[in-house]
Amino acid sequence: MLNSGISVLFEGINMLRIIEGLLVTLRVALVAVVITIVMGFIIGIIRTSKNKFVQLLFRVYLEMFRIIPILVWLFVFYYIFPANFDLNLSSEVVAFIVFSLWGIAEMSDIVRGAIISLPKHQVESSKALGLSPVQMYRYVLIPQAIKRTIPPMINLITRMIKTTALLTMIGVVEVIKVGQQIIEVNNINYPIVAFWVYGFIFFLYFCICFPLSRFSRKLEQKWAA
Amino acid sequence: MTFDWQYMVEVLPYYKTALWLTVKLAGIGIMFAIIVGIVCSVIQYFKIKVLTTIVQVYLEIARNTPLLIQLFFLYYGLPKVGITLSEEICGIIGLTFLGGSYMAEVFRSGMEAVTKSQIEAGKAIGLSNSQLMRYVIIPQAFSYSVPGFGANCIFLIKETSIFSGIAILELTNTTKNLMGIFYKTNEALFMLVIGYLIILLPLTLFLTWLERRVRHAEFGN
Repeated sequence: MLNSGISVLFEGINMLRIIEGLLVTLRVALVAVVITIVMGFIIGIIRTSKNKFVQLLFRVYLEMFRIIPILVWLFVFYYIFPANFDLNLSSEVVAFIVFSLWGIAEMSDIVRGAIISLPKHQVESSKALGLSPVQMYRYVLIPQAIKRTIPPMINLITRMIKTTALLTMIGVVEVIKVGQQIIEVNNINYPIVAFWVYGFIFFLYFCICFPLSRFSRKLEQKWAA
Repeated sequence: MTFDWQYMVEVLPYYKTALWLTVKLAGIGIMFAIIVGIVCSVIQYFKIKVLTTIVQVYLEIARNTPLLIQLFFLYYGLPKVGITLSEEICGIIGLTFLGGSYMAEVFRSGMEAVTKSQIEAGKAIGLSNSQLMRYVIIPQAFSYSVPGFGANCIFLIKETSIFSGIAILELTNTTKNLMGIFYKTNEALFMLVIGYLIILLPLTLFLTWLERRVRHAEFGN
């Protein structure tokens, strides 16, 4: 009986559709990750400034994304914009916006933490050498901070990939949605198909995230020494 | 953007029930997650044969898959092979499964942060293994784990929003339903955000305070 359902996965173009769905998931994640890394570094550097107002502003921004669940942010952007500003964003664009904003918030905290954790004499000696602030960041602080940002950054990326599962709730046709469609088509003939499809998607996510989290742990161990 | 305050007062009872359910499920889930976390971390700390491997596999699976798909698997997948669970049980199991792995990681790193010299000193003055655990390792590991533990609690409470995928009427799902019925998008989402702030803002402040407070327990700093 268990076998009768699993064959559905390989029937017709089902497997191809699941893979296509997975590519949508990864596309959203990839775009958001690229924006996150670039903007996260810029905002992270800005956040090291001593200006109280700047610190407070970005702190509030970060805490907003830490306290309110991502799903709620997705709903807020998905429903509020069309209803109030006559701005029809497709669900994928909403996903880009929310994931980038969230990623930037978290990434900026990682970058800020890495720069602040550098020993103070690095700043002082570069000042003593007469480096301008831009030179100081460019040649002294950022190259050293990068090593400390990469392992947590990869962790953040895995978290973002995992969170893309939520996109199905705002109607992006990604891997879970495709899975549901396949289940709906085959549910009458093979009731057991839900077990296999969800199990398979479960496995797919694991296959993507596991190597990444392994990699980040390896780097952490390597660079800790 | 305009708000219909009258309407917000009218639907307040729904949000109250939903808020309560969210807190209840999160609370139960976190409690079980702590138990699972302690068991797993102790197994890992003492490197008990076979069990360590099992725990390792569990941790990797739980940490590298999204909660939504774990819940879908439990709620829609398992009934097809004869295991039917109510949605709330599914939610709690899912949250425990995910949370246990995060808690285990925090507790383990807390225990490993206790320096070797202290364990050796404890052994030198003749403490038994259980005494060593009770008087030396756990009190310090506890204070080391608090920041990570707090972050996990907040993370798990936020994850309950995903329960809306399996028809549990918690905050997010209630909002979705109300939006569908009354089409008052702004009000419903505003209430939703406020709902989460009511739960999480005091908790965040409390955890920040607790973090500072327990730092006194650390030895030698």
